[in-house]
Amino acid sequence: MNNILNQIGIENYIFLSVILFCIGVFGVLYRRNAIIVFMSIEIMLNAVNLLFVAFSTYHQDAQGQVFVFFSMAVAAAEVAVGLAILVSIFRNLGSITIDNLKNLKG
Amino acid sequence: MNVSLILIILLVGAFATFLAGDKLASKVAFFFGLAAAGCSIVLLNHYNLGENISFINQWITQPNISFALKADGLSMAMLLLTTVLTPIIIFSSFGNDYKNSKSFYALILFMSFAMAGTFLASDGLLYYIFWELSLIPIYFIALIWGNGDAEERKKAVVKFFIYTLAGSLFMLVAFVYMYQKAGSFLLEDLYKLNLTATEQLWIFLAFFLAYAIKIPLIPFHTWQANVYQKAPTVGTMLLSGIMLKMGLYSVIRWQLPLAPLAAKEYMYIFIGLGIAGVIYGSIVALKQKDLKKLLAYSSLAHVGLIAAGTYTLTLDGLRGAVLQMIAHGFVVVGLFYVAEIIFRRYETRAIAEMGGIRSQTPKFTSMFLILVLASVALPSTFNFVGEFTVLYSLSQINIWFAILGGTTIILGAYYMLKMFQHAMLGETNTKIFADVTFNEGATLVIIIAVLFFFGMYPKPIIDLITPSLQEILTQINRIN
Amino acid sequence: MDTNLALVLLFAPFLGFLINVFFGKTLGKSLSEIIGTLSVAVSFAVTIYFFLQINQTKQAINIDLFDWIQISNFKVSFGFLLDQLSILWLLFVTGIGSLIHLYSISYMHDDEKMHTFFAYLNLFVFFMITLVIGSNLLVMFIGWEGVGLCSYLLIGFWYKNQEYNDAAKKAFIMNRIGDLGLLIGIFILGHLFSTLDYATLKTAIAGATDLNMYWLSAAAFALFIGACGKSAQIPLYTWLPDAMAGPTPVSALIHAATMVTAGIFMITRLNFLFDLTPDVQSIIAVVGAVTALVAATIGLVQNDIKKVLAYSTVSQLGLMFLALGLGAYEVAVFHVITHAFFKACLFLGSGSVIHALHGEQDMRKMGGLKKAMPITFITMLIASLAISGVPLFSGFFSKDEILLVAFHHNIPLWVVASVASIMTAFYMFRLMFLTFFQEFRGTEEQKHHLHESPSLITFPLIVLAILATIGGLISLPGHSWLNEYLTPILPKLASAEHHLGTTEYMLMAIAVVGGLVGIGLAYAKYIKQNTVPTEDSEITGFSKVLYNKYYVDEIYDAIFVKPINVLSLFFRDTIETALSSLVFGLGKVTNEISFQGKKIQNGSIGLYLLVFVLGLCAIVSYLFLAQ
Repeated sequence: MNNILNQIGIENYIFLSVILFCIGVFGVLYRRNAIIVFMSIEIMLNAVNLLFVAFSTYHQDAQGQVFVFFSMAVAAAEVAVGLAILVSIFRNLGSITIDNLKNLKG
Repeated sequence: MNVSLILIILLVGAFATFLAGDKLASKVAFFFGLAAAGCSIVLLNHYNLGENISFINQWITQPNISFALKADGLSMAMLLLTTVLTPIIIFSSFGNDYKNSKSFYALILFMSFAMAGTFLASDGLLYYIFWELSLIPIYFIALIWGNGDAEERKKAVVKFFIYTLAGSLFMLVAFVYMYQKAGSFLLEDLYKLNLTATEQLWIFLAFFLAYAIKIPLIPFHTWQANVYQKAPTVGTMLLSGIMLKMGLYSVIRWQLPLAPLAAKEYMYIFIGLGIAGVIYGSIVALKQKDLKKLLAYSSLAHVGLIAAGTYTLTLDGLRGAVLQMIAHGFVVVGLFYVAEIIFRRYETRAIAEMGGIRSQTPKFTSMFLILVLASVALPSTFNFVGEFTVLYSLSQINIWFAILGGTTIILGAYYMLKMFQHAMLGETNTKIFADVTFNEGATLVIIIAVLFFFGMYPKPIIDLITPSLQEILTQINRIN
Repeated sequence: MDTNLALVLLFAPFLGFLINVFFGKTLGKSLSEIIGTLSVAVSFAVTIYFFLQINQTKQAINIDLFDWIQISNFKVSFGFLLDQLSILWLLFVTGIGSLIHLYSISYMHDDEKMHTFFAYLNLFVFFMITLVIGSNLLVMFIGWEGVGLCSYLLIGFWYKNQEYNDAAKKAFIMNRIGDLGLLIGIFILGHLFSTLDYATLKTAIAGATDLNMYWLSAAAFALFIGACGKSAQIPLYTWLPDAMAGPTPVSALIHAATMVTAGIFMITRLNFLFDLTPDVQSIIAVVGAVTALVAATIGLVQNDIKKVLAYSTVSQLGLMFLALGLGAYEVAVFHVITHAFFKACLFLGSGSVIHALHGEQDMRKMGGLKKAMPITFITMLIASLAISGVPLFSGFFSKDEILLVAFHHNIPLWVVASVASIMTAFYMFRLMFLTFFQEFRGTEEQKHHLHESPSLITFPLIVLAILATIGGLISLPGHSWLNEYLTPILPKLASAEHHLGTTEYMLMAIAVVGGLVGIGLAYAKYIKQNTVPTEDSEITGFSKVLYNKYYVDEIYDAIFVKPINVLSLFFRDTIETALSSLVFGLGKVTNEISFQGKKIQNGSIGLYLLVFVLGLCAIVSYLFLAQ
């Protein structure tokens, strides 16, 4: 493990994570399809997870990896709820374009 | 005897009235009102014997709030005003038929409870709670049992509620600020604070906003006339007879001793404001068409003078103000009751639609005239004692204050007599005006008797309030 | 004993008032009349007792009942002071009061509210006694305002007529303007000397080493304004002529003999104060003289019999103020007394005439009454001679003394006062000639009913006429009982010289000739030429100005009443609305902000997310930059 990290360098992990995160952000902001938005959020989440793991190795500390398991579990639960909501929205409105979801406006 | 007993009687009375049902409500309320009045007279007796009448109990530890009640002479006088006027007001309403009267009378007692609490509380937060609590019953009384168009009434009453509530919030802020410094809301702890002049100014202004709206002083009075007009007469009596005095009392009890530097610094401005209120209120009253509105503006003029008296920061000013507060409380209740008596017969409050009543009911006319004269401070009525003392204190500050404030005796006579002339005199009215009933007569006679008795012999009240006012003055003058 | 008697003196009329108010209707007319009159007569009897006592002992009686008002630097007690001055005043207040009550029995007999009338009269006497016997300024003030109240009630006695009510209201309010002045004076005195008690005040002023003259003058001036209001001097005199709306006995009692002299009483009472303030004294003298002249000129052309008498009262009061201003308090008091006699007689006489003519007050519709009403005619003639200053009648002595004093102090004032006196003689005899001489000018029906008034009316007239004749005896030039009597009150009198020189006799002669000229002019115009005043519409030129009282009422209306009313409308309609909308405006602003803010919450998730991300970026960059 050490070797791999040494060979690649911690900076590259950070770059990759930031790029992934930004892709996620742009995905959230630009796409109108709720599922894609959802997937973008997952990408952002995983970008952070990646950082966690990288730093965990870098600092020789297992706590970070434990956290990742937690966040993956939470993310899975969130996906389950979120997708259920999306399905229900689709059934009700016939589409899952987020621009149509304006019932919350003041 | 425990001072909280009075509060308990009033509160229990409110619940009992509510449970007694519509038929019995007024009598139960009257009974409890009388009981409270009796209790406060007993309490007065104890106080005069030199007993220390206070009650203190830790209420909330964090933050440090106590259930602290303390009755000195000033509080005693105001408590008596409240508890004596409450049964009179309830008694005066006996001729009326209110729907859902159990809630109505329960609210009256509840309001009386809150106002009595305000006069007794010696813990800042407790005082604030009572202060705000008294607003709730009058809101419902005016909203539900008021008169006139429902939409307009709602508008006026909601304005009143929000306006006074908003003003009071500043007072709360001031209390919280002082709490941070003193670690307690107790009045004596707050007295010990050494606040800088700037701090005092802000505290003074925060209090001022609350009180100026409640009293009301110009230009914060805009809620008054409309609410007085729209509220049922009982509500108007409670408002003008007692609730106005809450503001004035609080000026003496809380505002001046807590921020004496600011009070001294800006004294002239506030005296001027009070006197401006005297002149303005008198002039506006001149052209009012509605009897209750006219009385509202006359109230504005009178409380302006009282407020000016309190801001002189002299013993005479404070004493005169308290005397005038009590006198005005009685006279204004009487006058609003007169308006109600006329309304019961003629279904109108427009002065133009009255007239020619005197020949039909000389007794009522005489009593009305006496109240009018008391209101314009004819010597030998209680109001004269108060007004004279206040004007004297103003003349000590600056003779022009006394002259300008004294215009009330000219303008007051002008609008009151003009109103009396058009309401009562003239060619006999074709509409029949039934003579006053026993209830109506008795109420007015009691009020008139009080006015004349203390007009000729104000010594008991003067002796009651003077020591505590002197104490407050020492507090005001503590930093020099 | 003295205390109890003083209480009887004070409360007898009050008791009469209470009985008449509460049981007047049940008692019936005659009982209520008797009670009303008796109660005042009792006071009169007690007064005589006190008068005899004080004449012997020369000791003032001081009675303190209880503490009334407490002020930080002094106490005001409810107490009475019965000394020479107050007893003198009481004598004619209760004496003339009793006579007028007697008169009213007959005069008001047909009025349905007779008992109310007597109740008010009794109340008036009660307050007047309070005013006179109060031992300090504040007790006096009770009476002061109380008589104002009774005057209000009695002017507006026929309350169905709104014009009368207006007159009553006007009287009350103008009096209150004066009252404010009086109060201010009281404040200053209380501040300066820490007492309002006459006796203590006197010693305090006498003992003070460094008097603040500025404030002392201010106090005196303020008190004088109070006197102006009550005693109908310029500029506060306009209420008195209007006050004639009340029943005639009221005009006689309140608006001629007693209440309007309250101002003179007060100034005489405080003579030790006014003596120290010569500036104010000169103001008083000038105001008095001008009032005397102005009122006399207006009186020249009035056609309402009571209005003539009203202006004559104002004019005579002016003369009294002139005397006060010149420091001759005893002369003013003397004139107050003689004036009370002859003016009460004149008013009651005019009441008798009005009674006979069933309410007619216009002199153009009278005439030739002397045959039908001989007693009224003779008594009024005596009173007119007295007021005109014809020798040997009471008015001659008192008026002459005023002119004398004026001549010694200030010649212009003497001229003004003399002219006013000549005018007085003229308009009084104009009144007499128009009313009692020539042919009757009323309707046939009135002529048919002409009759002399019943004895209850003529008896007071006769008594008053006698008093008007001999009243001058109390203060003959050279040997004045009155001056001697008043010496304890007016210490200056002890050292005053009493000698009559040539100047004095010459002045007397001038005054007498002046009076006779006035009478002669009236005779020439209204008997020889048989002139009758023209109709209202035909009055032209300066007499129109006079007839309309120099338009003073209109001027006051334009300067004070109208602007206040306009201001009131302006305040009510504009300022009130503006203030109210200001408060509503605050609410509206809050609402508006909320409404605008609502638009951001448009429900577009994309936008929310964008804002969210931007916010995140902002926070992150802030954190980086902060480091």
